[in-house]
Amino acid sequence: MNEIAVNIEQRIRQRSGKVRGDTITMAHGGGGKAMRDLIDDVFVSAFANSALAPLEDQARFALSQLARGGDRLAFTTDSYVVDPLFFPGGDIGELAINGTINDLAVSGARPLYLSCAVIIEEGFALADLRRIADSMQRAAVAAGVQIVTGDTKVVERGAADKLFITTSGIGVIPLGVNIAATRARPGDKVLVNGYIGDHGVAILSARADLALDVPIVSDTQPLHSLIEALLATCPDVHCLRDATRGGIATVLNEFALAADICVNLDEPTIPVREAVQGVSEILGLDPLYFANEGKLVALVPADRAEVALAAMRGHPAGRDAVIIGEVSDTPKGSVIMHTAFGGERIVDMLVGEQLPRIC
Amino acid sequence: MKFVDEFRDPAKAKVLIRKIQALIPQIPICKKRPLQLMEVCGGHTHSIFKYGIEQMLPDAIELVHGPGCPVCVLPMGRVDDCVGLAEHPNVIFTTFGDAMRVPGSRKSLLEAKAQGADIRMVYSPMDALKLARDNPTREVVFFALGFETTMPSTALTVLRAADEDIDNFAVFCNHITIIPTIKAILDSPELTLDGFLGPGHVSMVIGSAPYEFIASHYNKPLVIAGFEPLDILQSIWMVLKQIAEGRCEVENQYQRVVPDAGNTPALQAVHEVFQLREFFEWRGLGSIDHSGIRLRDAYARFDAERKYSVPNLKIADPKSCQCGEVLKGVIKPWQCKVFGTACTPETPLGSLMVSSEGACAAVYNYGRIDLAEILKKREAAANEARVAQQA
Repeated sequence: MNEIAVNIEQRIRQRSGKVRGDTITMAHGGGGKAMRDLIDDVFVSAFANSALAPLEDQARFALSQLARGGDRLAFTTDSYVVDPLFFPGGDIGELAINGTINDLAVSGARPLYLSCAVIIEEGFALADLRRIADSMQRAAVAAGVQIVTGDTKVVERGAADKLFITTSGIGVIPLGVNIAATRARPGDKVLVNGYIGDHGVAILSARADLALDVPIVSDTQPLHSLIEALLATCPDVHCLRDATRGGIATVLNEFALAADICVNLDEPTIPVREAVQGVSEILGLDPLYFANEGKLVALVPADRAEVALAAMRGHPAGRDAVIIGEVSDTPKGSVIMHTAFGGERIVDMLVGEQLPRIC
Repeated sequence: MKFVDEFRDPAKAKVLIRKIQALIPQIPICKKRPLQLMEVCGGHTHSIFKYGIEQMLPDAIELVHGPGCPVCVLPMGRVDDCVGLAEHPNVIFTTFGDAMRVPGSRKSLLEAKAQGADIRMVYSPMDALKLARDNPTREVVFFALGFETTMPSTALTVLRAADEDIDNFAVFCNHITIIPTIKAILDSPELTLDGFLGPGHVSMVIGSAPYEFIASHYNKPLVIAGFEPLDILQSIWMVLKQIAEGRCEVENQYQRVVPDAGNTPALQAVHEVFQLREFFEWRGLGSIDHSGIRLRDAYARFDAERKYSVPNLKIADPKSCQCGEVLKGVIKPWQCKVFGTACTPETPLGSLMVSSEGACAAVYNYGRIDLAEILKKREAAANEARVAQQA
């Protein structure tokens, strides 16, 4: 650590430990000293880095440094409103970091800097806020990104549900990488990096109203280093998306519509954990639509599919990667499941939420 | 997955398909027109489309998707009543998930919730009772819906509420019974059905005896069927075998779940709490005598219809909606004038487009390949006929 960074660390430590009380009140969002204390004590001390420390109204980066990593910037934003905030395998903080990293990474970009804006309902426990901020920092460090700017608002009880987090991110796309939904071509193979539906089921089972005891944890994880490994062996990846809300079914429909092609899925090859399948059977839901927080779907040229698969399997985030289907020309704009039973069906976009069936 | 995969084995499916094909030449009707079999239950409709069973069957067999989806046959007026109850300021209205999107004449429960009504999705009526226990100053209303499958759990919940003397709990009873409806369909002059797949879960409660009249009076074979794809194929084969051998019987394919006598304790609870209504309105089918269920007078204090003023207005279905004809098997979902145009899962006009067990939604979501193939086949047949005429 250089001298400047050490000084900053010292300044941060000197400032910390100033929030009083156990809960967040409207005073913490009032713009005065209480707010300043909250920001210093909870966020700045957790996120400690040289870009954030000066506490200007914006973070600043040298363009020359960014330009060394590629020829285009990727910029994205996402809001996190998950309920419950803490769930098996993660929490909202980790999700807010990994989710935005993944939105950058699926363009082929190397994620670099994130922002963090929080909206806190008054009465929120300070200890929980600290826990979430620490979890964000851990996720950021693990992924090699920095949280460089942020904002804090407190709203009255009932105006928000406990805590909402918005993170935006910037990354740099290396020269020559060109990933886009419109590039899907007949013959392309469909790859997924592991078991689908874990996050959705972890959230379902964490909700108090559903007395399901399921040994499933969220799959939240950053995907950029897996994607780096994939692009290293197969630079011509045609399409890549992380399958969050709406699951892999939604992502594949987006590809099919954007490129006017048909995605054919081979049901027996789709990796679904037995417990996830069990929850789906009980509630009448379909794991294809369950949310994931660490799963990507890639379309790659057929002749590169095997090496791409091997590259993914060689990475911890892609150990269970498989080929689950391929692209054909027609019927255009659709996703077709070839069922294990020997039939066929359309896998459409969801209209609204998946609702459990009566019987 | 154990106890599931065994019933989805493609190799066994092929064997069954071959056995079904082998029976076709022995059935004289098949030479004139396709054999029409109705699967009564929405759960069967869902499985048939989910696994692509229709495409695997020979053309000589046509499946008619029956009225056994409780969400689909709920009349619009009852949805309006639900919304009315839910909008009472002190009411927590509880419902199963898939009733949330059913359109009322003004709005659906989902829309009412967005506008501020306290509506909560539950997985069991016992969850609703717990809400009542936990919120003694609020009134909790449970939207009881479904055939005999869900009736016992409502009955047991009412009995529990009575035991515990929980006064802030009520049931808005929309339970219906399937037998009078099958009878109404059998009495319909447009009827062309040749046999039935009986509802597995309903039969688990009522047993097989209530279906006897279908075989003895109407001379139609019925096979009580399970919900896995092999269950359905085997049941179709069993119906065909009866027809080929000139038999009309009630048979039970779903023996691993359905005892012939049904579930006696469940039936006792149902009889204790419920009685038949004079008549009940079904969406698309009109009023059917003795097809609805209400709470007995002894449990009147748990009856939302007696606790609150429920207008129970009859709201006519949209004119363009042909749900009734689809339910009776007179037309196929895609033959409806508004299918896929004015009526889609996003903007359902008819209730068959709402629930994933509704025949129209099932065709729309899962079956458009079939549709394209069917259209292609028809076009080819028309062309052939034209060519033959010219020759």
